[in-house]
Amino acid sequence: MTHGIEPESGGMAVNEGHEASEDHHHEEASFWRKYIFSTDHKVIGLQYGFTALLFLLFGFSLMILMRWQLAYPGEPIPFIGWLFSDETAPGGVMLPEFYNQLGAMHGTIMVFLGVVPLAVGAFGNYIVPLQIGAPDMAFPKLNMASYWVFAVGGLIMLASFMVPAGAAKAGWTSYPPLSNIETMGQTMWLFGMVFLITSSLLGAVNFLVTIIQLRAEGMTYFRMPFFTWTQLVTALLLLLAFPPLEAAGILQLSDRLLDTSFFMPSGLVISGEVLDISGGGSPLLWQHLFWFLAHPEVYVLILPAMGIVTEIIANNTRKPIWGLKLLIYSIIFLGFMSFIVWAHHMFITGMGTSLSTFFQITTMIISIPSVIVLSGLFLTLWGASIRFTTPMMFALAFLPMFGLGGLTGLPLGLAPTDIPLHDTLYVIGHFHYVVAPGTIFALFAGIYYWYPKVTGRKMNDTLGKIHFWGSFIAMNGIFFPMFFQGLAGVSRRLYDGGASYDFAEGVIHFNEFMSISAFILLAFQVPFIINFFMSIKKGKKVDSNPWEATTLEWTATTSPPLGHGNFEEVPSVYRGPYEYSVPGADSDFSPQNQP
Amino acid sequence: MSESHSHEDVQKHIKTYLMVFASLAVLTIVTVAVGYIHLPIWPALIAALVIASIKGGLVGAHFMHLLSEKKMIYHLLILTFVFLFFMFLLFIWAYNDQQGVHSLLIFI
Amino acid sequence: MDIPYTVKTRPDTGVNNAKLGIWLFLASEVMLFGGLFSAYIFLRVGAPVWPGPLLDHVYTHASEVLNVPLATINTMVLIGSSVTIVMAWASLAMGDFKKYKMYMLITILCGFAFLVIKYFEYSDKFSHGYFPEESTFLAIYFVLTGLHMIHVIGGIIVNLYFWGPGAKMWDTDPDRFKHRIEIAGLYWHFVDIVWIFLFPTIYLL
Repeated sequence: MTHGIEPESGGMAVNEGHEASEDHHHEEASFWRKYIFSTDHKVIGLQYGFTALLFLLFGFSLMILMRWQLAYPGEPIPFIGWLFSDETAPGGVMLPEFYNQLGAMHGTIMVFLGVVPLAVGAFGNYIVPLQIGAPDMAFPKLNMASYWVFAVGGLIMLASFMVPAGAAKAGWTSYPPLSNIETMGQTMWLFGMVFLITSSLLGAVNFLVTIIQLRAEGMTYFRMPFFTWTQLVTALLLLLAFPPLEAAGILQLSDRLLDTSFFMPSGLVISGEVLDISGGGSPLLWQHLFWFLAHPEVYVLILPAMGIVTEIIANNTRKPIWGLKLLIYSIIFLGFMSFIVWAHHMFITGMGTSLSTFFQITTMIISIPSVIVLSGLFLTLWGASIRFTTPMMFALAFLPMFGLGGLTGLPLGLAPTDIPLHDTLYVIGHFHYVVAPGTIFALFAGIYYWYPKVTGRKMNDTLGKIHFWGSFIAMNGIFFPMFFQGLAGVSRRLYDGGASYDFAEGVIHFNEFMSISAFILLAFQVPFIINFFMSIKKGKKVDSNPWEATTLEWTATTSPPLGHGNFEEVPSVYRGPYEYSVPGADSDFSPQNQP
Repeated sequence: MSESHSHEDVQKHIKTYLMVFASLAVLTIVTVAVGYIHLPIWPALIAALVIASIKGGLVGAHFMHLLSEKKMIYHLLILTFVFLFFMFLLFIWAYNDQQGVHSLLIFI
Repeated sequence: MDIPYTVKTRPDTGVNNAKLGIWLFLASEVMLFGGLFSAYIFLRVGAPVWPGPLLDHVYTHASEVLNVPLATINTMVLIGSSVTIVMAWASLAMGDFKKYKMYMLITILCGFAFLVIKYFEYSDKFSHGYFPEESTFLAIYFVLTGLHMIHVIGGIIVNLYFWGPGAKMWDTDPDRFKHRIEIAGLYWHFVDIVWIFLFPTIYLL
């Protein structure tokens, strides 16, 4: 087995020896080096994957608690109510402060500890080097560092539940002045964010250098699979959009710990007392800095998902992706535009008309690339021989679900319609459609799809379909009624779900239905969890390309040894990524490395 | 730049480095002098930014070898500065365009 | 494990991994300091008077509150250290290790000089009761210069490593070592450039 690959220019890095010696294939690396502090992108990808899935489950559980409260306000939490302290839920009845913690941390954990680490840290790390024919990421040690920094950030976030008065309560958005005067948990949230942002930045540098520099011979940019393209754009977004939030985090920490007034206006009165601060700050400054990141962040959430869905659709339609080049240009354009739309989250802050016009225009424009991508994927289905495998079911469902999420975003992107809808359940419905039956479905699809690559076995298809149908129906049950509640004017982040407002009378009854759907959704994750673990040992064994796919990751040795080195033979690339059903070819797929 | 440089190449570069250092020193003095004149805000801002950009540009072009650097690096930097520009522009615009605020326009 | 293009340049992109990596990192740092500068702009545009009220006096010029002469010296110190670090690299390019050590040492000492002057600047502020909580002007001054100072410290640590234990690589892999010094230099120049913009903006405008 070849130990390394010759770079094109013919020179090898001299004296990598000391770095490689511990994974020299005659010496077994220690357990710690092999599984805990590994620099192998596949191990790191799995570390990110397991950690992220645990956080997703935890973040989901927080929401399950919230949904109980929303359906049955003031009722003690059943079965596990006794677990909660008097500070959080005395007698099992949730306190508003605890509800707020759950809300803020649900959002934070799902976005920053669940979806992004899974979509980028796990899938990106594991698959991208394989898809471009590289032996590893460009900076393996940096890769390892970025995982552990992420892990520390996650621990800080979890630990924040244990401090007096509990975790952050000012939303995942941490708006001042509230966030400035909140309890210790908010400070821990800020420190946690600093670690998570740093981890993302290190990862972003690694992805960009890897994709630009380590593509195999013949792998031109336009022969790269769409999944790798989405990771490239995502990495650029993370690199350039996160630092202003890091800056904002520093400023808010300074406000909380050093009593500065970056975000505190003059003359602020709290509980009847004028605050003894210098004033002169602006709460809006936080919002601008926060959303400067947080808008590109939502594209970080969706782009890898689009990438995964594209891979699976091409593979399971046995067709090239319709308009691949157009899709690539679209996501590049999307990435650029994502930096100049952020204030559509701020239409109700007293914004003047000229600025709001600017942001409405850019926001309308940015809807176009998403439509192009979705259209391309739909058009690929036309005339296709569709294989309804489990990953394909999730990928197919992604299309209309993301479509619905995107469409419901349009009234939010226009100021006149946003004004009554801002901060209502409508917004929550909109973004959950995009993230839950959108991104998370794509991530499930990716797990079912790439599981044989990692383990050499397929997951059980029946359990997969049960997981799919149950989740699909339940998710719609949770999120669709939110649009009605939002249109009626029910605000988000309300501890009683809107029960104390007369105007909500007609839509409050949905809460119980939505919560039951949430409990059902939880139940339908059980077949997935069972399937995931059971198939490691009991799944149907398959060869290295069970889906008969064209991209390079399917040519690497199945379940590669967890040491360095991905390819038995260094691949060369001769064709585009989705050459399915090429007229005159021997089979209905032509792998990229086939001359 | 892992290609080997001939000694003459590097000697020429060293001359450039010293000239750049001298220019930077002079420009720093100019910066402080202009600062002490206490110009009104707009001319002061433009002067400060122009001088600082020249200084920064000299460091970037010569010390950081940007003059001979590859396109990709340039494009990355241009992209970054475009986003930075939008951030500055929109923050200022956001402040000035608020409803009901008669612009406390110290800039115009 | 041999990752290609760690030292050799890749023909079609014209760069090697670390060079591209450090520029990407610097781009993100531009956005980081840019975010803080935006905060400065936002706060200043919204302030009726700048620096504004501080303790018992209303100031109209930053130079009345801050120590311009000290900061000017610091500017020259950093610019000087930028020259010396590029000279350190040039010495390596000409194969002169001894000269490299000398120039790198001067760079490190300039870095320490910057910190010492900063120490005097800050302690002078504190002794007058000028703390970040007293006004947004002081707040942004301390945060901007403070974050910059942390970056200087980081750079000093890296440079110390390359002057000391890291310099052994010159004997085993001179090309790679020279390259590393170039990368370290790029970071150090960036820290200098940030100060070049910071100084007039905060102290003089």
